[in-house]
Amino acid sequence: MSLPAAAPLSPMSAYLAGFRATWTSVFSYVLFGTYIGIGALAHDFGFSVTWAFFSTILVWAGPAQVILISALGAGASHIEVAIAVGLSGVRLLPMVVALMPMIRRPQTRAWDLLLPAHFTAVSMWVEALRLLPKVPRENRIAFCNGLGSGYGVTAISATVVGFYLAAKLPPLMSAGLLFLTPLAFFMSTLRNARMLLDRLALAFGFVLGPLFAYWQVGLDLMWSGIAAGTAAYLVHRLREVLR
Amino acid sequence: MSPLSGELGAYLALILVGFLPNEVWRWLGVVFARGLDEDSEIVVWVRAVATAILAGVIAKLTIFAPGVLATVPTGVRLGAVAAGFVAFVVIRRSVFAGVIAGEIALIGGALLFAG
Repeated sequence: MSLPAAAPLSPMSAYLAGFRATWTSVFSYVLFGTYIGIGALAHDFGFSVTWAFFSTILVWAGPAQVILISALGAGASHIEVAIAVGLSGVRLLPMVVALMPMIRRPQTRAWDLLLPAHFTAVSMWVEALRLLPKVPRENRIAFCNGLGSGYGVTAISATVVGFYLAAKLPPLMSAGLLFLTPLAFFMSTLRNARMLLDRLALAFGFVLGPLFAYWQVGLDLMWSGIAAGTAAYLVHRLREVLR
Repeated sequence: MSPLSGELGAYLALILVGFLPNEVWRWLGVVFARGLDEDSEIVVWVRAVATAILAGVIAKLTIFAPGVLATVPTGVRLGAVAAGFVAFVVIRRSVFAGVIAGEIALIGGALLFAG
């Protein structure tokens, strides 16, 4: 039984719906916790609060920002920092490729996709995959921008708060904040994983990720992701063929 | 180091070695996704790869914990993830419940088994 399609909203309403969706999302807490750490890091390495603020808006990727702040702050050469940041960003490519076909319509210009692509980060990606099926296609780009903005506001606030709190947090609390990321990512991807394909991709990824890192494979995350994802995909295809 | 004044140099660095090397992957994503249908086999495969990469990130963060998280014993970290998983399954697949349970388990475990 298919549900009646929801009537499309105005772009502003769709945007606000996406924005509001972040208020009940666990990722808002995760982002807040993570970005307190990033704000504190920026402070400790001698950057200004304004710089930290802009790093969150422009880069919008936790791992890249941590690398950028700590490497640049420690005096690494610009080339080295660029390469390290670039390598950390590879995971953004498949997320964006998986998301764009969901929000695009035949008349959508590439230009309109640049903002949702910029907003794409793990939190936004996981929630978008979960919530978009219920959003009329006309509204999906605005909805994604709303999601990204909502999370962005949280992250920016946390960056500033963390900057001024810097290093006054007890170690156990810092550890707890750091642990929010793997915990929330794990639980929410589990929730999203209803199909066998997703469950296999998760399971294989959990195993191969640390394994490739342990074996010190270059670009370990990329290769473990490709290997695990392809294995999961092949099992999925085999099942389809044997049906 | 940049020959420009500190402030301007820092912002230039932010854009050139922070924003650009990272954002280029998002732009490539838009380019590669052109003409791809949501249900095409390629997109299905890409989603599997993205999911697997994320799983790898989670596992690595838990096992090879960075920074101050490394002061918590590995067993406690793994146990906390397990506790979160149980809570998640038991409490209507609630992510919040899983996260809260996992955090309590981590902090409790860290205090109990402090090295």
